[in-house]
Amino acid sequence: MKPHAAAKFARAALAGALLAAALPALAVDIPAGRFRSVLPPAQGVKEVTVAAFQLDRTPVTNAEFARFLRERPEWRRDRVARVFADQGYLKHWRTHEAPGAALSRQPVVQVSWFAASAYCESRGARLPTWYEWEYAAAASETRRDGRDDPAWKQRILAWYSRPASASLPEVGGTPANAYGIQDLHGVVWEWIEDLGAMMISGDNREQGDPDIMKFCGAGALTMEEKDNYATLMRVAMLSSMQASYTAATMGFRCATDGARPPAGSRK
Amino acid sequence: MKLLAALAATVAFSGAAQAADPPGSIYHLDAALTNQAGRPIGLDVYRGHPVVVTMFYASCPAACPLLIDTIRAVERSLDPKTASGLRVLMVSVDPERDTPTALIELAKARRIDLSRWTLATADEATVRKVAALLSIQYRRLPSGEFNHSSVVTVLSRDGEIVRQSSLIGRVDPEIVTALK
Repeated sequence: MKPHAAAKFARAALAGALLAAALPALAVDIPAGRFRSVLPPAQGVKEVTVAAFQLDRTPVTNAEFARFLRERPEWRRDRVARVFADQGYLKHWRTHEAPGAALSRQPVVQVSWFAASAYCESRGARLPTWYEWEYAAAASETRRDGRDDPAWKQRILAWYSRPASASLPEVGGTPANAYGIQDLHGVVWEWIEDLGAMMISGDNREQGDPDIMKFCGAGALTMEEKDNYATLMRVAMLSSMQASYTAATMGFRCATDGARPPAGSRK
Repeated sequence: MKLLAALAATVAFSGAAQAADPPGSIYHLDAALTNQAGRPIGLDVYRGHPVVVTMFYASCPAACPLLIDTIRAVERSLDPKTASGLRVLMVSVDPERDTPTALIELAKARRIDLSRWTLATADEATVRKVAALLSIQYRRLPSGEFNHSSVVTVLSRDGEIVRQSSLIGRVDPEIVTALK
């Protein structure tokens, strides 16, 4: 490496390190693309188009969430309106304000969809949509769509069979996928923005025979790609959750539209 | 932009939860809605009244006209005094197409009494939150149409959910009981 190139590299590395320290979780650019979702958007429509977006590299941690609560104390567990979060909200934290040092690098769980949304909004972000999450999570360590790799699928499934009593790992412990995103599998379930859009019908007979009294439009979704168990479990989990619910394995990460804005314009 | 910010501030103020709201009140949500007249309102626009609230979209061909008919049938089954105290809030899931102009046209076409009914629109993030509070599922289809669950919710005077019903096309006696 020539000296000036080395200096340039060092500057870039330093800038990167500073950025990483300043941001709650470093967001990663995900390019636009098309993929086959387990939830086809409509009958006969197999592929989903996802616009470019940014996704947090790792789930939001307890420490990051505690920082948010200092700015927005109305979301503390002793102050939150029950309509936004059930009794389990942050109940594992040591105090109303702090998780306890041992939990600081663990993903925050026991948070409701409303609280997760408020956190992301405080950063000028939002929760990822289901299609964004699924698109990013389809990537293996080497390919943007690793879903036809049996070995990779098997590794993911192994997590889902781990006992729920095991304590949560710290964020950033799993290998980065092809986009550079970590922990989409193997750590926690994650809230998505369009939670109420998962109108799942597990029953194929309802296809083409929508109950228009219940659903105004084309009826419920039917799940496809049935060998994609890990993703289907996510769908089943998410579609069973109300927005005020909390769970010991449900965390979140944030997303934003489009490509990365210039450095310095971020909070 | 300044005007928008001022509007937003007004909404934030008018929509803010009041200290007396019970913990389960949906009026805790500081939702910036816009009514059919283009005026900013909060989710608590009818605070102090029993309210029937539902979500819809104006261009919906089947269930949404039925939703309006169903709420009207509920009104007709109440005694006149109760009926006159009732308010109806319909929030659109289609912010793109349901502009105040589209909403006022629907109100005219369906002869909706705007002294007691409000048709409202909001940005997508707000719509998601209102739907989440009311346990209403919806999704935009590739065609631009929407798919949504038809749920009628009765709110108490301070915004607590008293009763919900998915029975559309005829009067749910439990909704009527909840309003009495």
